[in-house]
Amino acid sequence: MKESRRSFLKIAGVSALGVTAASNAHAIGEYFIPSEQAIKDQKVSTADRWGMVIDTRKLTHELNEKIAKSCHLNHNVPTLENKNHEIKWIWEEHYEHAFTQQPNEFQAEETAHAPILTLCNHCDNPPCVQACPTKATFQREDGIVLMDFHRCIGCRFCMAACPYGSRSFNFRDPRDAMEDGKPTNPEFPTRTKGVVEKCNFCAERLAVGKDPYCVEASEGALVFGDLSDENSEIRKVLKENYTIRRKASLGTGPSVFYIV
Amino acid sequence: MLEKALSGSRNYWLWIAGLMAVIAVAFMGYLQQWEFGLGVTGMSRDVSWGFYIAQFTFLVGVAAGGVMLVLPYYLHDYKAFGRITILGEFLAVAAVVMCLLFILADLGQPKRAMNVIFNATPYSMLFWDALVLNGYLLLNIVIGWKLLEAERNAVPAPKWIKYLIYLSIPWAFGIHTVTAFLYCGLPGRGYWLTAILAPRFLASAFAAGPSFLILLCFIVRKVTKFDPGTKAMQTLMKIITYALIANVFFLLCEIFTVFYSQIPEHMDHLKYLFFGHGDKVALVPWMWTSMFLMLSAIVLLVIPKIRNNEKYMPFICIMVFVGTWIDKGMGMIAGGFVPNAMHTYHEYTPTPLEILITVGVYATGLLVVTILYKIATQIKEEVNA
Repeated sequence: MKESRRSFLKIAGVSALGVTAASNAHAIGEYFIPSEQAIKDQKVSTADRWGMVIDTRKLTHELNEKIAKSCHLNHNVPTLENKNHEIKWIWEEHYEHAFTQQPNEFQAEETAHAPILTLCNHCDNPPCVQACPTKATFQREDGIVLMDFHRCIGCRFCMAACPYGSRSFNFRDPRDAMEDGKPTNPEFPTRTKGVVEKCNFCAERLAVGKDPYCVEASEGALVFGDLSDENSEIRKVLKENYTIRRKASLGTGPSVFYIV
Repeated sequence: MLEKALSGSRNYWLWIAGLMAVIAVAFMGYLQQWEFGLGVTGMSRDVSWGFYIAQFTFLVGVAAGGVMLVLPYYLHDYKAFGRITILGEFLAVAAVVMCLLFILADLGQPKRAMNVIFNATPYSMLFWDALVLNGYLLLNIVIGWKLLEAERNAVPAPKWIKYLIYLSIPWAFGIHTVTAFLYCGLPGRGYWLTAILAPRFLASAFAAGPSFLILLCFIVRKVTKFDPGTKAMQTLMKIITYALIANVFFLLCEIFTVFYSQIPEHMDHLKYLFFGHGDKVALVPWMWTSMFLMLSAIVLLVIPKIRNNEKYMPFICIMVFVGTWIDKGMGMIAGGFVPNAMHTYHEYTPTPLEILITVGVYATGLLVVTILYKIATQIKEEVNA
């Protein structure tokens, strides 16, 4: 286990050195240090609480597909035939399923079936972190809820705890489903069977000052930024638009906001 | 004392060999799961806990049920239970062994199971569950063994054992309470999000555990010279009566709250379980069977003449056991995940391999019970002779 982590660090370090400054390579390394240290280390990213605004008016089925594909290819999320084994980090849901607490029988057809993007909400008060018996899922100083794939025992308590269905379990070896067993993005770790995974808000990209893949692919429909920074673009968008969050009444404090 | 398990009749060895064969076949099934992953089961992204966790939940109840012998004897000096408390303690041992095996079978990374201890996380209920279950196992092994040893040597049991027994009584309530807390503290699962869950678990446990004990008593009576005593069994039947009525009462409380308030997130799980959703009706016949078994068992149990009649006892006990098993071992866990967080209906059915592994764990439990009961009854036979 240690060996693979070290060799990954080597690969990550070398490739990062090639592309970015040395200080950034250091930051990438930190993303893969053990959870407790990562929680305490404030240098992992600049924000206090990362968040996202999704402008659902700009979403189309095609755009959602493109966004999900960008995320899944870059995070080596396998495409599995069996629906029971499905793994997804960001995906499309109809409005009525994304916002189960807003039933409206008189809603226009197109609104009820509007294509909404759903992903991990990186809750301020995450029930999955509370449920995890090994701290394999943990909340970082900058609000991001992450997984330590090397520590997860695969009890799936977090999946029961998550009220958003944001988590997937590796019911089989994900590498088997990859072409030639090779990941689509060698810079990101593949997972093993028997562990849970989910959206990581692209922590590996935030560490080198980049926006998440989904935001990059979204053609302006997704805005990402530091919720704690009053002058950030995301706060500006939140000030100017009425937004809702999924199941906010549960008190989980989702960090993903929707303009509907 | 272990040597008592090494000598027995031909039937004893046939039974042991049969169990071993089942365990061996099931273990091969498990190896397949080990190799491929939990994808060999019927579980999914939507129903992420299935048969294993449901059996675990039910068996924690059976383990806790043993306390229904221990409590009246040690706290109320109810003498009739004196000779069979050991059966309750040893049943608890076997049940907890099965619980732990089911948890292991359910883990995606069983090799990392010890992470729960290495990275102890007190705010996770699973950590506490691991703690109380292992503690309860240890308590019952030590208590059962020491009591039996004292009985064999015709000496009073050591004094400290009494403190362990007193400790084991609230502990028994504790294991099933913590097990309920695994589910009832999760914000998005309406079926479990109810304070009545722990009491309901306990009530069904105190019906299921003692009814299984009575069935075991009948077997013990048949295959050994040790008689657990009619009076003890009749009192257990009375306990089952109260527990089963409490269980159904708690269920009705739940049904009232859910259907009178009409909050869909709480209501839709019960609707799915008892009426199905469109063509998704997998659990409907089971849930009604469970209700029928529990309700008709209550009718039979409240009539003393029937309840106390040894001819009817095994049938009533089977009704109670199967009824509570369907309720907890089939409906309770899968029902909590259908509908899922997106309010879509994705049903769950265990695969044959999953059922085989489950049967293997049950066979292991029966093997443990057989060995422990063999030792206990043989010592009792010798003491009585």
